[in-house]
Amino acid sequence: MRYTKLEVGFLNMADTGILESLLRLVDKVDGGIDSQVVASSLGVDHQVVVGAVKSVQALGEVIEAEQRSSKHWELTGEGQEIAEQGSHEARVFKAIPEEGLSQSQLMKLPSGKVGFSKAMSNKWIHLDKGHEGGPRVFRMVESIEDVVRKKLQQVQMGHSSQLEEKEKNELKKRKLLTEVTVKSYWITKGSNFSTIITKQETELTPEMIASGSWKEKKFKPYNFDAMGVAPDSGHLHPLMKVRTQFRQIFLEMGFTEMPTNNFIESSFWNFDSLFQPQQHPARDQHDTFFLSDPAVAHDFPQDYLERVKKVHSEGGYGSQGYKYDWKIEEAQKNILRTHTTAVSARMLYKLAQQEEFTPVKYFSIDRVFRNETLDATHLAEFHQIEGVVADYGLTLGDLMGVLHQFFTKLGITKLRFKPAYNPYTEPSMEVFSYHKGLNKWVEVGNSGVFRPEMLLPMGLPEGVSVIAWGLSLERPTMIKYGINNIRELVGHKVNLQMVYDSPVCRLDS
Amino acid sequence: MPTVSVKRDLLFQALGRTFTDEEFDELCFEFGLELDEITSEKDIISREQGDQKASEASDVVLYKIDVPANRYDLLCLEGLVRGLQVFKDKMEAPRYSRVNPLNGDPQRLIITGETASVRPHAVAAVLRNITFTPERYDSFIELQEKLHQNICRRRTLVAIGTHDLDTISGPFTYTAKAPDDIRFKPLNQNQEYSATQLMGFYKTDSHLRHYLHIIEDEPLYPVIYDSNGIVLSMPPIINGDHSKISVNTKNVFIECTATDLTKAKIVLDMIVTMFSEHCDQPFTQTDQVLKLTLYLCVRSLSLSLSLSLSLSLSLSLSLSLSLSETAESIAQLLTRMCLKSEVTSDGAEIQVEIPPTRSDVIHACDIMEDAAMAYGFNNITRTTPRTYTVANQFPLNKLTELLRLDLATAGFTEALTFALCSQEDIADKLQKNLKDTKAVHISNPKTAEFQVARTTLLPGLLKTLAANRKMPLPLKLFEISDVVLRDESTDVGARNSRRLCAVYYNKTPGFEVIHGLLDRVMQLLEVKPGRNHGYYIQAAEDSTYFPGRCAEIFSHGKSIGRLGVLHPDVINSFELTMPCSALDIDIEPFL
Repeated sequence: MRYTKLEVGFLNMADTGILESLLRLVDKVDGGIDSQVVASSLGVDHQVVVGAVKSVQALGEVIEAEQRSSKHWELTGEGQEIAEQGSHEARVFKAIPEEGLSQSQLMKLPSGKVGFSKAMSNKWIHLDKGHEGGPRVFRMVESIEDVVRKKLQQVQMGHSSQLEEKEKNELKKRKLLTEVTVKSYWITKGSNFSTIITKQETELTPEMIASGSWKEKKFKPYNFDAMGVAPDSGHLHPLMKVRTQFRQIFLEMGFTEMPTNNFIESSFWNFDSLFQPQQHPARDQHDTFFLSDPAVAHDFPQDYLERVKKVHSEGGYGSQGYKYDWKIEEAQKNILRTHTTAVSARMLYKLAQQEEFTPVKYFSIDRVFRNETLDATHLAEFHQIEGVVADYGLTLGDLMGVLHQFFTKLGITKLRFKPAYNPYTEPSMEVFSYHKGLNKWVEVGNSGVFRPEMLLPMGLPEGVSVIAWGLSLERPTMIKYGINNIRELVGHKVNLQMVYDSPVCRLDS
Repeated sequence: MPTVSVKRDLLFQALGRTFTDEEFDELCFEFGLELDEITSEKDIISREQGDQKASEASDVVLYKIDVPANRYDLLCLEGLVRGLQVFKDKMEAPRYSRVNPLNGDPQRLIITGETASVRPHAVAAVLRNITFTPERYDSFIELQEKLHQNICRRRTLVAIGTHDLDTISGPFTYTAKAPDDIRFKPLNQNQEYSATQLMGFYKTDSHLRHYLHIIEDEPLYPVIYDSNGIVLSMPPIINGDHSKISVNTKNVFIECTATDLTKAKIVLDMIVTMFSEHCDQPFTQTDQVLKLTLYLCVRSLSLSLSLSLSLSLSLSLSLSLSLSETAESIAQLLTRMCLKSEVTSDGAEIQVEIPPTRSDVIHACDIMEDAAMAYGFNNITRTTPRTYTVANQFPLNKLTELLRLDLATAGFTEALTFALCSQEDIADKLQKNLKDTKAVHISNPKTAEFQVARTTLLPGLLKTLAANRKMPLPLKLFEISDVVLRDESTDVGARNSRRLCAVYYNKTPGFEVIHGLLDRVMQLLEVKPGRNHGYYIQAAEDSTYFPGRCAEIFSHGKSIGRLGVLHPDVINSFELTMPCSALDIDIEPFL
């Protein structure tokens, strides 16, 4: 219901004459009057009275109306016909003359079939089957009393209470009577009772303002419990709203955005440059989308590639390496990137090519792809949030400190760290936060210090440490907006109503 | 991350105390493990096969523990207990040593040149005077399975065979033969088969059929014989029945055949170090380990046993870990991680001995992590780096963010659709030829939904409309995101392209609405209408659009996209019923 629209309609429809007649009736009686009674005494349809009651109610405390329901009996269409023309059996009886009527002729009468059997069972008529010229029907009694008609006439006149329940039910069974529930109002005087209507204005108009007539008018009160009209507007997608907030947080912390607009990546930058061995399960067909066209990448920085090959197969930079036969063919394979860390690797390599090292803080939020089994919380593509800091002498304590600052901006202040394994970071830490609702520690991200086997072949100076962390964008968004199935959030099966209704995103509240 | 399941009571018995589930969970957390699930065999069977099948099963409590993927030494009860006991200072880290048999020569495994083409490496060891119990025996079998599934990469890199040494006699020969020339009775079978027959026989075996492909198409199959010609195993498929081990076996011959020698050594080291604890003289009874290739003889344990890394204390540790610990206490921390450490006499270095169980340690940074773990990650002081930097947005993303906001202000709602889709979505359904799309193709999609990367945002928006047909009309959607196109000029042969796409779906086509949106976008981008230095649209033929209702959009003389009323066949193919107009442009020219 929107403010007063519905009531306004009633007020316009119901003519004030009816309203005042109604009020006069209420004024005359003590203790109240039923709207049905009002309808019959004013000689109008009950619905008109209901409309009038609502209109008067809208004017304030003029009357009080309490809804009631009562049952009463009414004739059906067939019942009305019988009340007027007599029952079928009576009509059959009347149609039979002294000399009788052939059965076939009788059956042709409108009431023939029903009336014949009823008149037979009432023993008003009899059938002579052996009559010459075919079966013939004769009267058995001189006169009859049409009880059915009488009873129906009684109901019609409003005296249904004079009939016994059994009789009424029998007529109901014959579909001549029906029981109806009638809703009516019990109308009594209100605290502001008056028999005179002052019509209230609904809204202020330019004319009233111009003429000043608003000063004399009485304005109808608003129903402040109603909802407003939704504005015509476009909406941003909730996941993108959360993305905007994360971008904002990184920018507030002085992080520069990495160019992650390259979904297609070579295995070299996605895995090899990160010191992820070529037999690693993540490089399996079951986990990664490979490309058939274009299947391979070219143009690697050749001397860097040689250093990567060496650190994998022979070691170096203080490492034993993995000691396996490193193959360029594996590194060349094109894939859909499995993490944005591939871009971080490209950026760190680029940084290492600078004349002189400068400290950097980088971030990105973009899509990554996994050829995984899908379920309610996993899709083949999701958004990865990543932060990277490169500087001389960064420590594990620094990583924890940065994570603490970052998560505080998300409204998460209680953190703890669990040792973990990741091929390209050492130490590696899973980040847990205490979830008050679940009453336990839940994983909120992954972090670590990039391995020297990754950084030194790039040409970064010894002594430069790179700390990094990552998390998914979808998980905090699902928690934030209370979404259980990721398909309702991401992809074409999104529920647009959810998009329309989603609130602003403030991650720290 | 591999999961190890151990019986809780056995675990507590071995640890010498009991824990509440919470206490044990806490211990795991500190040690980098995760108590994933508390269950029982009965629970597992009833979950997988129903209560009826589970009624007979044991309800002994099982702990399922997630172990880091590089810690093969924690994949069995023996290793877990050893790691935790040393960590909690309950026992000293064992030192493993190789000994010769009291009487007689060490066993030898001779590797012939034929193996080079199929599976060139093999290493072997003997565990003498071992005492199995049913639990230890199960753990022994389970460890092999865990290793096979993880570091051995489902037997492709390494395959393990274990044999009762008392049923066979050395020296052993690892060779490769034509499948028809190999005949033996395989494990738990009653008759002999040729290797060719066996490969057929195991085609239907639920477990072994997954390994057949490793050698199936090779002309020669690997096989190990003893000196009497008895087949020990046909790696990586199956062992012979003759030499099978049982709970009563006293001397175990272990062979690992491999395509990756480094991993074969790690696997062998794991098995012998884990189970030598059940030998007469714990940890010292690891027998001879000999490997003969065609060229040279190498002792497999020598490398890892003698490996010690020294690290400069003052800088690396204190800085990287924020520890202000003295050299001695750091040495103690490392010793608690099974890394026996001593401060050198000049006090400048710590000598760290890496046991064969710690194959994950390949660099000093791995040792530093262990020191930090022993110290407790959560005891390290959190600090703030002093790194000073100025933030910059990526210009393309900055433009995208600004446009998104203004498109929503213009009354359009943002959709977020998948970057991967089917070939049909970008070609047939849009009445385009797949060859003309410049799409990149995925070689291993599990379903048709992941055949290609999208070349246009339009199908995603149309599918979003279809999924929301019950919503009140009109539906006005947009998306600004990347599509992927082939591009020979990049190193990977493809590039992303940032697109803006919008659709208007209503009872009337609403070309003027989508056209109005284009005008608004151009206004936002400060491009004025006009032929030369502005933008204009010009009638175009495009099979995706209704004939005569499509225009090409030019800005500064360059085509940037199209707009128009969609073709009724396109509307139908996306299971839509109303007219629809669309706008699809490239926004990169406006950077």
